[in-house]
Amino acid sequence: MNKNDRAAAFYDLEGTLVSTNLVHTLGFYARRQQGLWQTAKKSVGTLAKLPFFGITDLYSRNVFNEVFFKSYEGFSQDRLRYFSDELFEEVLKPAIFDGTPELIAQGKKIGQRQIVLTGALDFTIQRLMDHLGIDDYVANRLEFVNGYATGRVLPPVMASATKAKWIREYAERERINLSESYAYSDSISDLPMLSIVGHPVAVNPDFRLKQTALQHDWSILNLK
Amino acid sequence: MALQLRRKTHESIIYIDKDSAPRIMPNGEDFILEDIPIGTRVIYPNPPIKGLPNREAAIRYAVNHPLEMEPLYALLEPGMKVTIAMDDISLPLPPMATPDMRQTMLEVVLDMCGANGVDDVHLIIANSLHRKMTEWEMRRMVGNAIFNEYHPDRFYNHDAEDDEGLITLGHTRHNEPLRINRRCAESDLLIYVNINLVPMDGGHKSVAVGLCDYESLRAHHEPQTIRDSHSYMDPPASELNHKVIRLGKLVDEHCKVFHIETALNNRMFPEGYDILTRNEDEFSFADRLKWEGMKRTFSKLPRAARRKMLHAIPAQYELVACHAGKTEPVHEKILEKNYQQYEIPVKGQCDIMITGIPDISPYNVYSALNPLLVQVMALGYHFNMFRNKPLLRKGGVMIITHPCFDEFDHNFHPSYIEFFHRLLPESRDAFYLREKYEREFATNPAYVEMYRRGNAYHGAHPFFMWYWGENGRQHVGKVIVAGAENAHVPEMLGWERADNLTEAIAMARSYMGRNAEITMLHQPIIGLCNVTD
Repeated sequence: MNKNDRAAAFYDLEGTLVSTNLVHTLGFYARRQQGLWQTAKKSVGTLAKLPFFGITDLYSRNVFNEVFFKSYEGFSQDRLRYFSDELFEEVLKPAIFDGTPELIAQGKKIGQRQIVLTGALDFTIQRLMDHLGIDDYVANRLEFVNGYATGRVLPPVMASATKAKWIREYAERERINLSESYAYSDSISDLPMLSIVGHPVAVNPDFRLKQTALQHDWSILNLK
Repeated sequence: MALQLRRKTHESIIYIDKDSAPRIMPNGEDFILEDIPIGTRVIYPNPPIKGLPNREAAIRYAVNHPLEMEPLYALLEPGMKVTIAMDDISLPLPPMATPDMRQTMLEVVLDMCGANGVDDVHLIIANSLHRKMTEWEMRRMVGNAIFNEYHPDRFYNHDAEDDEGLITLGHTRHNEPLRINRRCAESDLLIYVNINLVPMDGGHKSVAVGLCDYESLRAHHEPQTIRDSHSYMDPPASELNHKVIRLGKLVDEHCKVFHIETALNNRMFPEGYDILTRNEDEFSFADRLKWEGMKRTFSKLPRAARRKMLHAIPAQYELVACHAGKTEPVHEKILEKNYQQYEIPVKGQCDIMITGIPDISPYNVYSALNPLLVQVMALGYHFNMFRNKPLLRKGGVMIITHPCFDEFDHNFHPSYIEFFHRLLPESRDAFYLREKYEREFATNPAYVEMYRRGNAYHGAHPFFMWYWGENGRQHVGKVIVAGAENAHVPEMLGWERADNLTEAIAMARSYMGRNAEITMLHQPIIGLCNVTD
């Protein structure tokens, strides 16, 4: 058996395979609220919170997730799902990096399973995963009560060490050899996930990840 | 050592005497001054052949008076599809002063295409599995006018991983596969503009190797072929060359190739730096001042700055011959000129060969000479600069000078890092490495994308670099690195280290005996030792 049959490629999504991030998705939904007043209120609120999101992300990805998903509080589940196709066509599809399809195709060509781990919300990326030909993905899930988002994310929250933990469990379950596997990310917050595979790759890396990659002789890839 | 051997046999060969001056040797991005033992034979490059006074006229003459083909203008018809392929940045070395020879050739050819109504012209760099050239490098190579007109849609690098851009031509009678660039294969006329710096360049290698894919390349870039090449600078004795000729004939069955080859002289340095290739015994006062000035400047600069400075000195190569037409007769004519420039008749092999490793190789233009490339320069290039017999006797000692720093360029040589740190500690056996790991590296998705979208050498390239030293590795008894700044790099390469050249020579003599014959290749040298008994 080809050893790649027991290998997988684990990708972060935002900034790694597509140029958008969680805020783009939130902004998209904020602009599609029921009524002009709601739309204006949510859009302005999202804009105003941008610096805050930036600071919390610098501090901790877990804190960022807690704070960020609060913004979805009160969004209707129907509306979120209804606009997910439009989100894909208008926001996510144009944001796919030029090199992304090639990279995934190359991984598939050598028999690797393609898996995405993302902090994005599950319903927002389903179409994107189908489009890219991803075999498995794991994303964050919002809690809904009576059809409305509470602003809380159901555990486990996909970020930092949680991604690494998920990969370990997945590998054990699916008999994946992590030494032969690849992990791709653009952010230092994914250091745990990059550290547990045999072939970590920094993709369009931020400054801190680039320095880490250089120090550890990891591959540095630009998909833009 | 026989007295007859000590006689001055050629203007490029001198023997160290009691009153000889110390010799300048490259040591990575630096130059050192070393006293060499009395009796050592030092081989210098031949003086440069005088360049042709008007290179554009020489190229024009060649394309209008080709060998075994019609003149280029007679081959061009309105509406036809023409592709012009050219050598990549690995030639010439170092990159030559602008205008580059390729620019002049392209100007002549494109002018002729335009005059004959040929509009569908693409320019493709035959980089094979080498790194793709950067836009800046491409512009420098062809000049602003051509770059602005053709880049990026009609002037680009060959992509050996682009399945849609490749086409299979078939197999040779020895079952070697050949898949090459589709645009080149499907053109009505493929014109190859070549620069021949050493005899292994040019000929059928240009198209069959420069424009092929990984599977095609691995059929001949493999350890046994290299072992069977004695040397690859001597085409008739090179198994690699035989394989390439078979592939070239396959190319000729499918494509109409008009080959333009040029031979350059060996004027590597501009005025001021030319002392580096001259006999130190003949230095004038001004030459000694130049050397002192250079040495002092270099001692004040960090390594990266020295590298930058050395890579910024353009070579002053001049055209000494240009021929065009059918690949084989053209190449034969150019090789004659190459030999005229480079061949140095040497009588007798040596027991100890000393060679300094300069900072530049075909694979590290504008980047660091990493440990694998030091190996390629020593056992690949410097060892193979011979015809007939190797300069070094079988089982002899090769002494090189290089700091052997553990430094790699992450953009250009990412797969080299993994090869060096992960594979070499496991094995140095080229056959084992090829069997177990070559394909893994070649298909590594990150390396493939770094080659395709960035400027990285192909994932399999470090393997080819290791095989490149294979015949040297089989022949040489020991390699000693004088002045290596660490112990682990020489050790991983299977070499010994010494603090300095004196210690290295003492070590070599302890293996080869007190009367061991020592020969030094005065680097940087582009020269070919024709060794006879």
